[in-house]
Amino acid sequence: MATLAKNILGKYALLIVLLATMIVFEILLPSGVSLFSAHNLNNLIVQNSYVVILAIGMLLCIISGGNIDLAVGSIVILVGAIAGIFIVEWGMNPYLAIILCMIIGTLIGSWQAFWIAYIGIPSFIVTLAGMLTFRGIALIIMGARNIGPFPEEYRNLFNSFLPAHWLNDPSGSAIFVSTLVIGILVSAVIVVTKVVSYVQRQRKGYEVGNIGQEMLYPIIICAAILFLFYQLGHHNGMPAVLLIIGIVFVLYSYFTQNTTWGRHLYAMGGNEKAAKLSGIDTKKILFFAYANNGFLASIAALVVVARFNQASTQAGVGFELDVIAACFIGGASAYGGTGKVGGVVIGAIFMGVLNMGMSLLGADINLQRVINGFVLMAAVTFDIMSKKRRAVA
Amino acid sequence: MTPILEMEHITKVFPGVKALDDVNLAVYPGTIHALAGENGAGKSTLMNVLSGTYGYGSYEGRILFNGEECKFSNIKDSERKGIVIIHQELALNPYMSIGENMFLGNERGKPFRIDWTETYEKARHFLKTVGLEESPETLVQDIGVGKQQLVEIVKALAKNVKLLILDEPTASLNEDDSQTLLNLLVQFKNEGMTCILITHKLKELEQVADTITIIRDGTVVETLSKEKDSVDEHRIASGMVGRELGDYYPKRTNQKFGEICLEVKNWNVSHPLYRHMKVCDNVSFNLRRGEVVGISGLMGSGRTELAMSIFGKSYGADISGELSINGKSVNLKNVRDAIDNKLAYVTEDRKGQGLVLSNEIRPNITLAKTERIATFGFHLDKDLEISEANAYSKRFGVKSTGIEQIVGNLSGGNQQKVLLAKWMFAEPDILILDEPTRGIDVGAKFEIYTLVNDLISQGKSVLIISSEMPEVLGMCDRIYIMNEGKMIGELTSQEANQEKIMMMILQASKS
Repeated sequence: MATLAKNILGKYALLIVLLATMIVFEILLPSGVSLFSAHNLNNLIVQNSYVVILAIGMLLCIISGGNIDLAVGSIVILVGAIAGIFIVEWGMNPYLAIILCMIIGTLIGSWQAFWIAYIGIPSFIVTLAGMLTFRGIALIIMGARNIGPFPEEYRNLFNSFLPAHWLNDPSGSAIFVSTLVIGILVSAVIVVTKVVSYVQRQRKGYEVGNIGQEMLYPIIICAAILFLFYQLGHHNGMPAVLLIIGIVFVLYSYFTQNTTWGRHLYAMGGNEKAAKLSGIDTKKILFFAYANNGFLASIAALVVVARFNQASTQAGVGFELDVIAACFIGGASAYGGTGKVGGVVIGAIFMGVLNMGMSLLGADINLQRVINGFVLMAAVTFDIMSKKRRAVA
Repeated sequence: MTPILEMEHITKVFPGVKALDDVNLAVYPGTIHALAGENGAGKSTLMNVLSGTYGYGSYEGRILFNGEECKFSNIKDSERKGIVIIHQELALNPYMSIGENMFLGNERGKPFRIDWTETYEKARHFLKTVGLEESPETLVQDIGVGKQQLVEIVKALAKNVKLLILDEPTASLNEDDSQTLLNLLVQFKNEGMTCILITHKLKELEQVADTITIIRDGTVVETLSKEKDSVDEHRIASGMVGRELGDYYPKRTNQKFGEICLEVKNWNVSHPLYRHMKVCDNVSFNLRRGEVVGISGLMGSGRTELAMSIFGKSYGADISGELSINGKSVNLKNVRDAIDNKLAYVTEDRKGQGLVLSNEIRPNITLAKTERIATFGFHLDKDLEISEANAYSKRFGVKSTGIEQIVGNLSGGNQQKVLLAKWMFAEPDILILDEPTRGIDVGAKFEIYTLVNDLISQGKSVLIISSEMPEVLGMCDRIYIMNEGKMIGELTSQEANQEKIMMMILQASKS
């Protein structure tokens, strides 16, 4: 029993810390204010959507060997500015503009990736230069003024609620029901895939663990999802960005865990020389990680401009730091080779909860920075200490 | 005459290995005392005990220097007494000047105000004593390796050295630089300095050593004095080797050699950074199907570099020569090419270059050929991976809690088995095993030898690179001897013995 508890604690430490933090805030907050309220849960998602997207991109860079990308915030403002010019100033079709922006983001990422992967310039230097360059270019083409407002057609793609967008439902009951149905469907898919894989493994004669233990995590996740959708149903429904996050999450979880390229990425981060001697093209993988980060940064940029309804000269300031922090809190190793998409998403949510909780408590913004700094230190220290302990054992 | 240094009954144990076993050493003032022995014989360990790298208490025995017992707990302690060790790898900072390097950690002036005038004045003085004309303000990176070695010596002189220990000082020097260094040592000796020289070059032993102590497997075999004993190369060679072969090499049965499956002709490789240095010099060799061929030689003889340059050019620059596999000339541009041509190279450095220590056994086994467990070329079939990893882990006898155990937590022998399993998973026909049993215990060694024999019985061919002569003699059908980047000989297993091989190596470095 003790080992089982230890197992669960070790494996789900991050999730447990997240829940504990939420409960602590719940106790501290005055009555009537709750993190779990429909309104606040919705805000939590909407306000942190871009961090989640960027953190997944950053994670791939970090896995590849502890590399970071300091330029993400600047890519966000630059792609945002380009989107503003395309859509607001030139009146381009929003869908075409979105595709062009994603291509441009990927090209910006590829530019950095080229210097890092093929010329061998340290990622810190290349992305520090990128951080300065891209922000500078953005401010030049914006003429140092905000561009907006964006047409409703564009904003609805990111800011609307599903399925409320299509329902004419003044009472809200249809919204509630349909949102809950989405939540149930998602949960059902998770539980069914887990059970099917368990049964299949058992049938093929592979070793399987205790079903209760294996299902514990998915059940907790499903419970959280059901609760979330239940609450969102009381609000306006499921925010469209949640769908975007969901797609990005599923895609990159699959990529990192279930493809040969993902496997090679982890191997390279764990031991680059061994990866090379195993016939892995480490340069190509490093190139991909940074090019991909540009791609995801462009999606984050599109989300950000839609949310603020303008391409702002202040967009993306300090994003890189929040995102890097989310990765490390989410269990990525500062030396590369480890870290999971799911963990990083929880890391980003954790940061969001911390910020929102402290704001609701009325904590000073500077105090929030202090606390965030401590949390980051604690997370990385934990990672390094537990590695040392493992090395001794 | 009383010895300046006496080391009495020194025994040093590392976990699982007795590196030094009751070693006695007496060094007389004003002499050059050579320590000879194979790689891993314990020479460097003995010197590390002396210099305090392995501090007092971590070994048994007594050290007397000038008749006084010494209990050094670190290098600083021994240096204070005038014992200075110069390691094989130079420990100079390339971005600092000669003068700065010379007094690094031993700065002139006060801790908060370095006296640069004195630093450079003294440096100039010491540089003259070794015949270096460089300005002490020259950066170390701007002078050649030979001169850097001299700077190391000057650095020792600046510490008021009484006993100078040099660990293979000429290993990376060319002929002229080596001679300069040796002359200098003789000059210092005549001025009254005492010197311990670790070397396995016969020329140095003959030319400058007054006394030679031969160490083998952590014990002193004999100490020869130039004046009393007849020092000849046979005596040294047999003293250095002569290890028991033992029974721990499993026999291969009904062996038949097939066609030549790997042939290398006139292979040249340059050092990737120092292009003028030839790491492999016109090397030719071949390997037949079903054969185990060994490449014997000392560390640094270019064997690993040879293997890696063949394995998809994963080492070196300006690689030229002819490589054919199964009679067909091939050009392996990268490691992927090599793997696709059914070649595998099992590195000597399993932790640094072989395994991803932070990963589990499962992904390590499948890493060199992930396409074997992929559908559509990219989707990992995890169930298939688990069953394959289990099968290979079992076949190679990996002792673990399961394939999900982190490789970094396995013992050396088990890591080596995972590494072998990984390369067998890549389905090669030709395996190059580089130091396949380094740092693992006798039981695990036997298992690995048995695995090699299994591979041979499946019609594969194996090339073994090993510094352990008994291993090469016990396992191989044919042995190539390599020294300083050249193939200097080829022996069949019937002709070969340890003495013959060591003689070839000693003689090659003589000319």
